[in-house]
Amino acid sequence: MKFHGRKIYQGQAQGEALVTSMGISFFGGVDPDTSAIVETGHELEGQSISGKVLVFPTGKGSTVGSYTLYRLKRNGLAPAAIVNAQCETITAVGCIIAEIPCVDQIPIDQLKTGMSVWVDGEDGTVESYAGSRG
Amino acid sequence: MKLTPEEQQMLDGAYGRATQKAMEILVALGTIYDAERMVPVTSVQIAGVSYDNLGEAGLHFLSEMADGGGRTRVLTTLNPAGMDIENWQALGISEEFARSQMLVIDAFARMNVVTTCSCTPYLIGNSPHFGQHIAWAESSAVCYANSVIGARSNREGGPSALAAALTGITPEYGFHLEENRRPGITLEVKVALPDNDDFGALGVVIGKQLERFKQKPIAYILGVDQASVENLKSFCASVATYGGAALFHMRGVTPEADRYAPPDEHITITQADLDAAKAALTSAESDEADFVSLGCPHLTLNEIARIAELLKGRTVTKEFWITTARPTKQMADMMGYTRSIEEAGAKFAADTCCVVAPVKGRFKVLVTDSAKACYYAAGKNKFKTIIKPFDEVVLATLK
Repeated sequence: MKFHGRKIYQGQAQGEALVTSMGISFFGGVDPDTSAIVETGHELEGQSISGKVLVFPTGKGSTVGSYTLYRLKRNGLAPAAIVNAQCETITAVGCIIAEIPCVDQIPIDQLKTGMSVWVDGEDGTVESYAGSRG
Repeated sequence: MKLTPEEQQMLDGAYGRATQKAMEILVALGTIYDAERMVPVTSVQIAGVSYDNLGEAGLHFLSEMADGGGRTRVLTTLNPAGMDIENWQALGISEEFARSQMLVIDAFARMNVVTTCSCTPYLIGNSPHFGQHIAWAESSAVCYANSVIGARSNREGGPSALAAALTGITPEYGFHLEENRRPGITLEVKVALPDNDDFGALGVVIGKQLERFKQKPIAYILGVDQASVENLKSFCASVATYGGAALFHMRGVTPEADRYAPPDEHITITQADLDAAKAALTSAESDEADFVSLGCPHLTLNEIARIAELLKGRTVTKEFWITTARPTKQMADMMGYTRSIEEAGAKFAADTCCVVAPVKGRFKVLVTDSAKACYYAAGKNKFKTIIKPFDEVVLATLK
């Protein structure tokens, strides 16, 4: 399946999708030293976002969260790409300063955790392959 | 988005790496929020200055922007830092923290940012006038600028405010557009508001009302006939903290209120509402207090004069921080207020405040007149809190 969305930040990446229907707060919700989601009660609680194509509806919380993405990148633990239903300031700024490809306006309910996903931040497209590509 | 030739050149890198990164941020925000174009700004206020909030990554980003040739194009000031830049040792700040904090300040200085570290830029010379487009971070100052001054700002984050400073522009969306400044709910205040803590409590009550809506309406407030700069500063900080409000209209007080009729949706605020809000901000007994702070947002010269009057010839028995902008403290020095205050044993903490300084674990119970300070003391620093009227806070340090 190929989806046409909107380019938020350039770059291309392939990775395994990690999908949630819940918003993500990067400041306080993600541990920048382990890349684990640490927000209590989050459906991805305890899972690492490192190297994944992280798929979530939209960001939330403090604007300092942009720096969490930057810190993850510096620690070599950033997600490979970010895909949103609707991007907002915190995630967009974080992706730009950390140089993480980012695309939004994608029907994210059609993406499933474990799918292999190609994100093209140049033309704003996301392509998924059924199941893992091994 | 439509970009001018110069804006396109900035985006293409003709003005260096930092300006290019700044334009990437602004174009992305314009894209997300459907801005048609950029508008020039006359003033910027940057948040994300305390090393306690920024950390090593934030410092690295700011250093990269300074190294990448970033220089401000408009008047730009800074939010509070994590310490008093001159007097940090007396406040118990570690040398390691001070070193990192100074590197943050240096990075901003290299970009020609005016390094007054204050949440009240409008008191110290970064004061836009009615109708001007500005790009401010610091939620309390954004609310003050939009509502009390009638300038036009979205709630910027640290990097997006820096991006506006380095380019002199911001995408035209949100509160820059007249149609988004229209009130959606009337709040009728049927209670007297004699002091800052009352205005803070009002901010809590109204903020929580706004939080009930998915799409937060702009408040139209009736029944507040008089409000000092200090009262409005307290209210703005509180309604921004508890309700995420960036703009309100207050009939008889704020300049855009007369453009609108009170919206039909109507809520009355009573003494019981205010009392409940104050009770919720007080979680300890007075004799447990070990930390007293005034100046959230930063104190005006008037407030410092009042503290000096109350403390003159007396001795404080508790750790008492008076937080203000350095230019305001310099006026207090000139007037002799500083001497009266310091002779009583209270401490000036210029450039910083009890919200952004690294005070977690050092104290247990904060006394303040600020509803915003209570929020961060409880959430970020795990303190218990007591809210009192301004004079009573000062007197609490003498017991």
